Amino acid sequence: MLAALLASEAVSPPFHYLLTALIMVPAAGALVLFLMRNGRPDTCRQVAFLVAAVTGLLSVALLVKFQQADGDFQFVESWTWIKDYGIGWKLGVDGISLFLVVLTGVLFPVAIIAVVPEHDAKPYYAWLLVLQAASMGVFLALDLFMFFVFFELVLVPMYFLIGKWGHGNRTYAALKFFLYTMFGSAVMLVGMVILVVLTHRATGADITFDLRTLANEQALSTQTARAVFCAFALAFAIKVPIFPLHTWLPDAHTEAPTAGSVILAGVMLKLGTYGYLRFGLYLFPEAARWAAPLFLVLGVVGIIYGAVVATMQKDLKRLVAYSSVAHLGFIVLGIFALNRQGITGGILQMVNHGLSTGALFLLVGMIYERRHTRMIADLNGLQKAAPIMAAAFTVVMLSSIGLPGLNGFVGEFLILNGTFTAHRWYAVVAATGVILAALYMLWAYQRTFHGSPKSVENERFKDLNFREGGVLLLFIAGIVFLGVYPKPMIDRIEPAVDRLIAHIEDKSETFTAPEVSPGSEVEVTGEAGSKDAGKVVAVVVISPGKKAGAEELTAALHVAEADAEGHRAEAQTEEHK
Amino acid sequence: MLELVWLIPAFPLVGFLLLVAFGRRLGDPLAGYVATLMVAGSFAAAVTVFVGLVALPPEQRFFLQQLFTWISVGSFHVDAGFLVDPLSMTMVLFITGIATLIHLYAVAYMKGDDKFSKFFLYLNLFVFSMLMLVLGDNLLLTFLGWEGVGTCSYFLISFWFTEEANASAGKKAFVTNRVGDWGFMVATFLTFFAVGSIRYADILVKAPTLAAVTATAIALLLFVGACGKSAQLPLYVWLPDAMAGPTPVSALIHAATMVTAGVYLMVRMSPVLEASYAWAPQTIAWVGGLTALFAATVAVAQNDIKKVLAYSTVSQLGYLFMAIGLGGYVPAIFHTVTHAFFKALLFLAAGSVIHGMHHEQDMRRFGKLYKLLPVTAVTFIIGWLALAGVPPFAGFWSKDEILAYAWQENKALWAIGLVTALLTAFYMSRQVFMTFFGRYRFGDPSPEELNVAWDAKIAAQSVAADIATQAVVAAHEALATALAKLGDAEAAVSAARAAGSDARAKADAVSPADLEAARAVVEAAGEDKNARKAADKALKDLEKLAKDADKAQTAIGKAEDVLTAARQAVSDAERSAAAADSDSAAARDAIAEVTRRADANRPRSTIVPLLSAPDDSEVADFLPHAVEHRRRYHPHESPGLMLAPLVVLAIGALGAGVLNLPFTRSAHVLENWLEPSMFGSETHLAVSGPGLVALAVVAVATGLVGIVVAAAVYLKGKGDRAKIEQPILEKGWGVDGAYASFMGGPGRKAFELTARFDQLVIDGAVNGVAALVRQSSLQLRKTQSGYLRSYALGISIGAVVLLGLLLSKAAF
Repeated sequence: MLAALLASEAVSPPFHYLLTALIMVPAAGALVLFLMRNGRPDTCRQVAFLVAAVTGLLSVALLVKFQQADGDFQFVESWTWIKDYGIGWKLGVDGISLFLVVLTGVLFPVAIIAVVPEHDAKPYYAWLLVLQAASMGVFLALDLFMFFVFFELVLVPMYFLIGKWGHGNRTYAALKFFLYTMFGSAVMLVGMVILVVLTHRATGADITFDLRTLANEQALSTQTARAVFCAFALAFAIKVPIFPLHTWLPDAHTEAPTAGSVILAGVMLKLGTYGYLRFGLYLFPEAARWAAPLFLVLGVVGIIYGAVVATMQKDLKRLVAYSSVAHLGFIVLGIFALNRQGITGGILQMVNHGLSTGALFLLVGMIYERRHTRMIADLNGLQKAAPIMAAAFTVVMLSSIGLPGLNGFVGEFLILNGTFTAHRWYAVVAATGVILAALYMLWAYQRTFHGSPKSVENERFKDLNFREGGVLLLFIAGIVFLGVYPKPMIDRIEPAVDRLIAHIEDKSETFTAPEVSPGSEVEVTGEAGSKDAGKVVAVVVISPGKKAGAEELTAALHVAEADAEGHRAEAQTEEHK
Repeated sequence: MLELVWLIPAFPLVGFLLLVAFGRRLGDPLAGYVATLMVAGSFAAAVTVFVGLVALPPEQRFFLQQLFTWISVGSFHVDAGFLVDPLSMTMVLFITGIATLIHLYAVAYMKGDDKFSKFFLYLNLFVFSMLMLVLGDNLLLTFLGWEGVGTCSYFLISFWFTEEANASAGKKAFVTNRVGDWGFMVATFLTFFAVGSIRYADILVKAPTLAAVTATAIALLLFVGACGKSAQLPLYVWLPDAMAGPTPVSALIHAATMVTAGVYLMVRMSPVLEASYAWAPQTIAWVGGLTALFAATVAVAQNDIKKVLAYSTVSQLGYLFMAIGLGGYVPAIFHTVTHAFFKALLFLAAGSVIHGMHHEQDMRRFGKLYKLLPVTAVTFIIGWLALAGVPPFAGFWSKDEILAYAWQENKALWAIGLVTALLTAFYMSRQVFMTFFGRYRFGDPSPEELNVAWDAKIAAQSVAADIATQAVVAAHEALATALAKLGDAEAAVSAARAAGSDARAKADAVSPADLEAARAVVEAAGEDKNARKAADKALKDLEKLAKDADKAQTAIGKAEDVLTAARQAVSDAERSAAAADSDSAAARDAIAEVTRRADANRPRSTIVPLLSAPDDSEVADFLPHAVEHRRRYHPHESPGLMLAPLVVLAIGALGAGVLNLPFTRSAHVLENWLEPSMFGSETHLAVSGPGLVALAVVAVATGLVGIVVAAAVYLKGKGDRAKIEQPILEKGWGVDGAYASFMGGPGRKAFELTARFDQLVIDGAVNGVAALVRQSSLQLRKTQSGYLRSYALGISIGAVVLLGLLLSKAAF
C-alpha cells in the first residue's frame, strides 16, 4: 500500500498531513503506552517499535516524495492555533531539515531494537516516543512559538531517560542537562517575544510568530537584531554545545542509557546547529554575519579542545562524548563560513555525526553490557575474542575520523574547503583536528581491542550476536553509502542552502557569500547512469616538450570534446540504424 | 581498450568484497589464490589499457573516464573518474605487476596463520586504494587512495595485534601520516581556491598562470603530505617501525608502492612546482638529499635484516625527492620503478631468509647462508648489486641519472648523493656479507647468552661449595660424638679394671692350700650332713671367687676392645673432618677460580664476533636452551611458491635498466614515453657523452669503494667494527627517541593539563554558579519542594507571565 501511495504524483491528499503525522503518530503511541495497564515489557517493546517504525516509514515516504530541486519549504501545513497572538500550527520541510527528520524517523526504531531497558519498560518506551515526537516538532516547526514549545518539550523525556534509566551519577547529570539548557531557552524566549512584538509594532501588521513572515518582513534596527540574535545564539550554543558551554554534554552522554546516548548524539545535538541555520542565519542574516568571527573561533577551539580533552579520557563513553564536542565544532565552523560548501557540509555532517557517533555509542553500550565497565584500563585485547565487533568498531571509528570513502569525510572536507574559501586560516588550523581525531580514536582502539586480553573476562568476551550485528550493519551501510555516493543527499540539501544564502545576501546589503568561481576548463560529458558512463569521454591532445603546453591542452580539450560529441552522435545514429 | 580502465581497480575491489563475504570459508590457501587472481586480473587489464594507450600517437595519450559524480556543491565538483596517461599507466603497471608477485609469495609465507584470509582481504583493499591513488583524475580521489593505503598500512602493520609493539607501530604510522595528510588537505583547499577546480586536467592547464606564491604554497603543502607518506625528514619515523608487519607487507607497501605515492604526487603536480619560486623545488631537493644521507648513516649500524632495508628505503626515497627538486622527474620515476623491483626483491628475499631461519631477523646470527639458501642468496645478491649501483644492474642506470642531474644543477647535492651512494654500497655489502658469507653463526651463543652461561656456571659452583660447607659441619659433629664415646669407653675400662683387680685380690687371698683344706674338710665331714653342707658351701664360695676373678678378667678385655674401637672411630672422624675441611677449601678456591675465569673470559662487549667463533668450551654445559635449539635447527630453503617471485623480480632488478638507457635519444624509452605527462616542466640533462661517462665512472668507483671496505671489515675482519656501528647511529641519531620523550613528556602533560582545566575550571565554573544560586536561594528554600518538576513549572509559568505581559502591552 505504501508503494502505491509513493507512486502517486506530487503531494497527493494522503501526504497533506504527512508532517503532522510525523509528530502525532509517536505522540499518540506514547499516550497509548502511558495509558496501557501493566504492560508486559515485551508488549511495550513491540508497540513502541511498531509506532517508531511507522514514523520511520513515514519519514522515508517524505524523503521519496520530496521535490529535490525545490529549495523552498515543502509539505507545508498551516493552521491558526492561538489567533490573538498569531500563533499557528505551521509545519514545513526543506533540504536543511529533511535529513534530520529522516534521521529522527529511522534512528528511534533502531535504538528501540538495539537496546533493552533494565527496568520499567513501559515509561521508558513512552518517553522515547515523546522524544521522537518532540524532535520531529523541532525540525518541522515553521512557527517560532511552536518551535519553542517543542524545543522545551524535548528536555522532559530526556531528563527522565537519563535520571531514571541512566548510570552512576545520573541524577546530577540529568539535573545539569536540564537546568543548563533550560537557562538558555529562557533567554531565547525573551528574545523571541521582543522580536515578535517589535516587528508587530514596526510593521503594524497582525502580530505573528510565523517564521517566514518574520524573516522576510523583519523591521528590527541593526542593534536590536544583533541583541535578539545573541539571545537565540546563547540558547543554541548551549544546546549544540559550543565551547565553553559544553560541560553538560559529557555528563549527560556518559550517564545516559545507551539508547539515550544514541538519540542524544544522533538527534538532540543537532537541535542547536539546526537552530542556527533556521533561526539564526535565516532570521538575522546581518547579525549572524556580524557574529560569525566569534563562532568561527569557537568552532575551531571546539575542534582542537574537544579532541585534546577526548584523548585523555579514561572512560570510553566519555571519550566519545568529547569527540562530539570536536565534531560539532566542525559543524559550527561550516555554518558560519556562510557559503554553500560550508553550510552544505555542516548539514551533511549533522547526519554523518548522527550515524557514526550513534553507532559508537551503541558499540560502547554493547561493551558495557558484557563487561559492566567502560574504563579503558579494564578493557584490553578484545579483538582476539570479538573480531566482528572489532571490525564494526573499526569502520565506525574510521568514519568518525573522516576517512575518505566513508561518510564523515565528505562533510568534513566540504566544511573545511568552504571555510578555507571564506577565512583560510581558520580552515588551516581546524584541519589539524583530523590529526588529533586519529590520535585519540586509534589510541583508544589500541588500548581496548589490541594487545592480548589480560583478564579472563576479556578473554571470554562475547562477539556480536545476530541482532547487534544487524543493527550495526544498518549503520555501516549508511556510513559507506554516504561516503561513496553522497550526491542524492547533496542534491536535496543544496537548493535549500542556495535559497538560504540568497536570502542572507538579499537581507544583508554588502554581503556576498564567499565562493570560488568555477575554474573548470574541461567539460567532461557523459553523465553517470547514462549509457555513456564508463566510456571514452575525452581524449586530450598534448604537444610534448613545450612549456606552453597549457594553452594547447585547453584547445585540445575543446577539440576532444567536440570529437567525443561527434563520436557519440555517430554512435547514436548507428544505434538507430 | 582504454575504456577498460575501470576494470583495473575493480578487480581488487571485487576481491576485497569477496573475501569480506567468503574469506573464512575459502580459507588457507584458497583465499590467497582468489586474491592473487584478482590482482593478476588487474594487471591484465592494465596491460590491455597500456596497449591501447601505446596505440595512440604520443600527443594524444591523455584519457579521462568519468564514472559518477562524487561530491558536487556549488562551484566545487569532483567525479569518481580516472585519468590515463603515460605517468599513471607506468605506476599502474609496476604496482599491479609487483603486487601480483607479492600476493603469490604471501600465499606461501602466510601459510598456517589463523588470520590468513584477513591478510589477503587487507592486501586487496590496499591494491585497490593504491590504484585509486594513481588513477584518480583529481586531487580528492588521489587523497582517497592516499588515506586508503595509509589505513591498509595501519591494518597490516598491526596485523599481529596481540603484540603491543605491533599495535603501537600501526598507530604511529597512521598518526604520523595524518600529519602529512593535513598538508595534502590544505593544498587541496588552496588549489580549489586558486584554480577553481581540483581536477588534474584543470590544474595542469592553469598551473602556469598561478601566482608564484600560490604555486609555492601548494607545492610545499603537497610536499608535507609527501613527507608523511614517503617517509622524509622529519616525518620518516614511522617507516622503520612499520617493519612490525609481515614481510610481504614490508615489500609491497613499505618499499615498492605506497611509499612512492609522494613521488607520484609531486611528479603529477610538477607544473605547479615549476610555477613556484625557485627555492621551493630547492627545499624539496635538500630535504630529499639530507634524508638520503641521514637514513644511509643509520642503515650502516642496524643489525635487523629488515631495519637495514627500511632505512635504505627511506634513503632511496630521499634520492627520489632530490631528483624531483632538481627537476629530474623522469629519473625520479625511473628510479621509482627500478627501486620497486630491487627493493621488493630484497624484502622478499629477506623474508625468505627469515622464513628459513625460524623467524630470526638478527643478521649477527646469520652467515654463510648461501650454502643453505642458494636461490634466496643469488636473488638477494642481484638485488644488492642493483641497489649498490653496480653496472649493468638496474639501479646503476637510474641512480646514475639522478647523480648526473645533481651534478648539473647543484654540486653540493651531488656530493651528498655520492656520499650516500658510498654508504649505500657499504651497508648493503655489509648486509650481504653478514647474511650469506663468512661463518655460519646461527649456533653461536650471543654475548648475552655467554654471560648467562657464565653466571650459571658460577651459580653451580657456589652450590657445590655450599654442599662442602654442610659436609664440614656434619663431619665435625660426628667427630665430637666419637670423642664423647671415647671418653665413655675409657671410663668403662678403668671401672672394669678396678673391679677386676678387686676380684683378683679376693681370689688370690684364697690359697690352693685353703682349697685343699676345704676339700679335706669336705672329705672329713663325711656323713655329718650339716658339716658337709657347710663345707660344700665354703668350697663353692672359694671356687666362686676364682670364677669371679676370671669373669672380671674377661670384662676388662671387652672394655678394652670397646676402647680400641672408640679410638679408631675418633681417628676416622678426625680424618673425615680434615677431608671435609679441605674439600670446602677446595670448593672455595674453585669459586674463586671460576669467577676469575669468568672475569677473564666473559664477552667484553655486546659486539658479536663475526669471523671467529666465541669461546664457549668452558661453559658448554651451561648455555641457555635457545642456543641448543638453534644448533639443532636446520635452515631450509623456501618453497617454490616463494622462490618464483624472487626469480622474476631478480630478472627485473637485473634488466629494468633497459627502460631508460642513456646511450641514444631513442634508448630513453621511459623519458620519451613519459614526456606527454610532464608538460615540458622537467629539466633536461645537458651533460652528455664523455661527461656522463666520467660521472658514471666516479659513481661506480665510489660504489666499489663501499663494497671493498665492507669486504675488508666484514669478510676479512680488518679494522674495528665498533667504530662503524656507533650506538648513536643504531638509535637513528636519537630522533625517534626525542619524539617519543616529547610525546610522552611535555606533550602528554599539556594534554593532561587541558583535560584538568576542563574539569576544574570550565565545569567548575558551571558547578560554582549552581552552588552560588543554591546558596543565595537558601532563604527561599522553604517555599521550594526540591522537585525538579516544580522548578520547571516555575520557569514555565514565569515565561508565560512574561509573554503575557509583553503581549498585552503590545496589544494595547
